[in-house]
Amino acid sequence: MKALSHKRRHPLAAVALLLMGLLVTGGLYAAATSVNEAQAATGYSASDIEEGEKLFLANCATCHGMNAEGTNSGPSLIGVGAASVDFQVGTGRMPMQMQGPQAEAKPVQFDDEQISQLAAYVASLGAGPAVPEAEYLDTSLGNSAKGGEIFRVNCAMCHNAAAAGGALTRGKFAPALAGVEEKHIYEAMAIGPQNMPVFNDSNISPEDKRDVITFLKEIESQGSPGGAKLGSLGPVAEGLFIWTAGLGIIIAFTIWLTSRPS
Amino acid sequence: MGDHSHGGPDQPGTVAKAQEGELDKIQDPGLPPHRARLTDTDPRAAKRAERHVAILFAISIIGTVLFFVGYFAVGHTESIAELRLQNTLLGLGTGFAMLGIGVGIVHWARTLMPDHEIAESRHAVRTEEDRKDAEAIVNTIIDESGIQRRPLIRNTLIGALALAPLPGVFILRDLDLTKESAGQIVDRLRHTMWDKGVRLTRDPSGTPIKASDVQIGSAFHVIPEGLMEAEDWLNQKAKAVVLLMRLNPEDLNISEGREDWHHNGIVAYSKICTHVGCPVALYEQHTHHLLCPCHQSTFDLTQECKVIFGPAAHALPQLPITVDDEGFLVAQSDFHEPVGPGYWERG
Repeated sequence: MKALSHKRRHPLAAVALLLMGLLVTGGLYAAATSVNEAQAATGYSASDIEEGEKLFLANCATCHGMNAEGTNSGPSLIGVGAASVDFQVGTGRMPMQMQGPQAEAKPVQFDDEQISQLAAYVASLGAGPAVPEAEYLDTSLGNSAKGGEIFRVNCAMCHNAAAAGGALTRGKFAPALAGVEEKHIYEAMAIGPQNMPVFNDSNISPEDKRDVITFLKEIESQGSPGGAKLGSLGPVAEGLFIWTAGLGIIIAFTIWLTSRPS
Repeated sequence: MGDHSHGGPDQPGTVAKAQEGELDKIQDPGLPPHRARLTDTDPRAAKRAERHVAILFAISIIGTVLFFVGYFAVGHTESIAELRLQNTLLGLGTGFAMLGIGVGIVHWARTLMPDHEIAESRHAVRTEEDRKDAEAIVNTIIDESGIQRRPLIRNTLIGALALAPLPGVFILRDLDLTKESAGQIVDRLRHTMWDKGVRLTRDPSGTPIKASDVQIGSAFHVIPEGLMEAEDWLNQKAKAVVLLMRLNPEDLNISEGREDWHHNGIVAYSKICTHVGCPVALYEQHTHHLLCPCHQSTFDLTQECKVIFGPAAHALPQLPITVDDEGFLVAQSDFHEPVGPGYWERG
């Protein structure tokens, strides 16, 4: 007892008390914030986050900063969510080869496990859109007619009514959507990569996003009602065709008209 | 001989005149020797050519028939493949209906009609003679084309000519014009369905939009509430479509009188381009540019959709919006100016 009471008056008692207090408040705060982040970091283990951080520091931190807080050459990634990473890295857009009007798709540089580790790390920094559930990517459950309507209203102006892509201002463009994975189409809608507007779940619900994906996959697999598509690019391809093939036929006819019959 | 004042018999002036007899030095070469065609010398070749011409006219007839096969018999199902077949039949049918006649007539003229060379001298205009000449020419054409001697060609040509215009008649029949006075039309251009308290709803589902649902960087395509119940909803939609976007309020440069037209950086602008009325909906969320897909007019959202590039003449009209007591976005009034391209009475 004496020893205890003596210990209590130990010169370091105040320091110990301070440390205890700090630990408790810090722990409580960590617990509270981890509740907020729980939805963002679902399904990712602590080791995923750890591995992801290593990958991030090695491959991304140059532009996005050591803590993903953003620098002059790259935006902050806090709160962009796992879906952003899965889309940008999964389509090869990130890591970017060089600064330009926009990041372009190229061969993917990481395997699926590494991408999910990176996503885990970025998701752990702040809540954001998560990688979509498999049920929202299942085109057998979607309604392509409804999806087509939603697509023509919200997407066709940039991506072309036949999803063949189109030009934007100053070198930027909306990519063609044929051959893009269902998951990446969904994620692009959810996060609005680069200059694409965001279409969050309250604008286009997950079921509607699935309908859009169903529509895109259907037009990809079915022919065009008007004969040869010429790439569905509209006046550029059609003009080229008519000025070369069409004019060529007219010239051939003129030569035939004016030649002497044998 | 020169006729310039400095010229003499030995020193021609600057302008030389042709003297008599000088023109005779250029001989008239006459016409090149006439070369007979195979069809002139070989009656079998002529017969063959005649068959070819008739076949070409028959192709025209088949083309017209194909058009009507496509028009009436094909394309009544839901399948894209059948629709494709119908379009192909309509296009190829009308194409061959015209091409067969054209190529047939030219082939007929080249192979069967006389090809002797004719030198036509100029002559003074005399109406009576001209009439006689024309008559003679027509008679020559009738005689030389052999249209009376070759009833097969004549009848196939008449058949082809009679059938070929029918596709055009049937297509024109499908055009239906509304009969309205100019005043009514102008009045319709001035007003849209938007009014005080009309909710902004999603296109195409028609569900109202909560202000709290609009995230920064998002774009909503908007129609007025109750649009789909309107009788002429398509015409109403063509005027009333709106693009709703949200950006940081500090990015907005707001002019006087529009301070309360937005809600927390949520702005609504007419989607009808002021150039020729295409839907301006290519929104770049970081540059805040709105781009029109038809002629690349570019509007800057941060400067109240001022035109910064392209042929559009004036900024997109802004729809004043606010929220109702349930938190849904509603219009404060109609647009304060007519939407879409300028017109004579726009002012």
